[in-house]
Amino acid sequence: MTGERRVLTFLVRRTLQAIPLVAGIITLTFILIHSAPGDPVYLMAGDGGDAAYYSAMRARYGLDRPLPEQYIHYVRSVLSGDFGFSYGYQQPVFGVIRDRIPATLALSLPAFAIASILGIVVGLAGAAARDSRLDVALRLMTSTLYSAPVFWVGQILLLLFAVLIPIFPVGGMRSLRESTQGSVDPLDLLWHLVLPCASLSFSFLAIIARVTRASVIAETRREYVRAARARGLTPAAVLLRHAVPNALLPIVTVAGYQVGLLLTSASLTEAVFGWPGLGELLLDASAQRDYPLIIAILLTASIVVVAANVVTDVVYTAFDPRVEV
Amino acid sequence: MPKASRWPASVRSTSARIGLLFIGAVCVAGIAATVIAPGDPFETSGAVLQPPSRALLFGSDDLGRDVFRAIVHGARVALLVALTTTAASLALGILIGATAGYAGGLIDDGLMRLTEVVQVMPRFFVVLAVAAAFGSGLGTLLVVLGLTSWTGIARMTRSQVLSIRTFDHVIAARAAGASSGRILLAHVLPLTLGPVIALASFQASGAILIEAGVSFLGLGDPSVMTWGALLHEGQHSLRAAWWLAFFPGAALTVTVLGIHLVADAVSDSAAAPGWEG
Repeated sequence: MTGERRVLTFLVRRTLQAIPLVAGIITLTFILIHSAPGDPVYLMAGDGGDAAYYSAMRARYGLDRPLPEQYIHYVRSVLSGDFGFSYGYQQPVFGVIRDRIPATLALSLPAFAIASILGIVVGLAGAAARDSRLDVALRLMTSTLYSAPVFWVGQILLLLFAVLIPIFPVGGMRSLRESTQGSVDPLDLLWHLVLPCASLSFSFLAIIARVTRASVIAETRREYVRAARARGLTPAAVLLRHAVPNALLPIVTVAGYQVGLLLTSASLTEAVFGWPGLGELLLDASAQRDYPLIIAILLTASIVVVAANVVTDVVYTAFDPRVEV
Repeated sequence: MPKASRWPASVRSTSARIGLLFIGAVCVAGIAATVIAPGDPFETSGAVLQPPSRALLFGSDDLGRDVFRAIVHGARVALLVALTTTAASLALGILIGATAGYAGGLIDDGLMRLTEVVQVMPRFFVVLAVAAAFGSGLGTLLVVLGLTSWTGIARMTRSQVLSIRTFDHVIAARAAGASSGRILLAHVLPLTLGPVIALASFQASGAILIEAGVSFLGLGDPSVMTWGALLHEGQHSLRAAWWLAFFPGAALTVTVLGIHLVADAVSDSAAAPGWEG
């Protein structure tokens, strides 16, 4: 089987495998909505409407029918992108969430990229100088960064670089002057991005550094690395030319499987910095008892994780010819 | 290089000892909270926004509450979260994993699909959604954290059950009439003890962080004092009072780091694979 064909076959098969997962997620959400005390209409249409609003919403989501029919109705609604109706925003929750995704991506993607690069550098340094004082110091640092709650790291960075030494803004995505003008100044955006992005990067840096260190060390124990060393290659050359390329794959896998954690950490970081993404939306939704939004964010996040896992597995297969399809 | 090779063992044991020290401190604070910092942590009689001093070790908040007392009492919630999550992850994980491994067929398939679904849903958002549906009492929170903590242990137990079925001593034990339960206890679990303890520890620390995150957003149980709730308060007074955010976050970090250091030492000594995100 040719390379491309092989990856394509795997992509199709892996996507098919994801279908029962998505079905399971939708089913668990349905169970959650219907096992909660009180009328499920509040979880589908929010809190605060009048009788006419709720009767319209009951009809819209089939909540006046028998339970099995409601289930089919719910699955159909979710698959067509109707995750519920936000009373606070007076529109389907899907649209509300979609509007917030760009801000969350603008924060998460750079953070993920920075964390991956720095994490690989730190992990590599640790592996190269294994068990030295440097390695011990780096491990202690990564353990601490991994353990510290991301929102607290954000608060400490705010205290240091926005309050004590006021060089960065305390929050938001752009300056007031800019937002009234309506145009986006990339430099202004970047200036607001530095602290939240740094906070979000730290915990991922720690994870990637640990995995890099472990997988590079595992590679250096293999025969081919010992053979390369025996041929007279310097330790640095062996590490960079042989061990690192082979260790990259497990690193990619671990990184790809952290998307759920990334979304969680991004939401909490947004709450610290008032970054107008999904996390801030969660805060709003909770304050306004806009339950459909909270449940829809869970659905969206879970489906994004499933998709990210599929992509990770496909990347793995594409780069590792040993994986049998 | 005798000097370099002396490092790993000493580092491991030192870091494990530091971890135990951290965990021990949190346990003592939680168990003896009423002795170490007597009084109601919600009591608002003191002076407001006092910086740390000899009398007020960690300062006071904008309602005049003693932050040190609040943190000591907050250790109780962290301990409760860690203990219930560990217990639930072990009980459910071993039960579900062993059932899937022994039963095979449709039951195995069904349980493994369930495991995948639970594993793929981000716990933080699950907790928030359940809090929206059922209210954000501490009891509800503990149940959700417990019900979402078992997947890694279930997978490990299942694969262990499947792989040891062919081991001679297990075949012998079965031939001698040992029950499945006895084989599980005597032959399967001891083999996976190190990694399982490490997995359960990471579930416990993850649960502490999730509870803190939920409380930090202001969505936790308002009737108990938690570190996350203190950080929520600290967020509003960052400019006026650094100590309000600094100390509760440090308490969280020390607790989670302590658990990770010990778990690392345990899984290192058992030659387990790395940790689970």
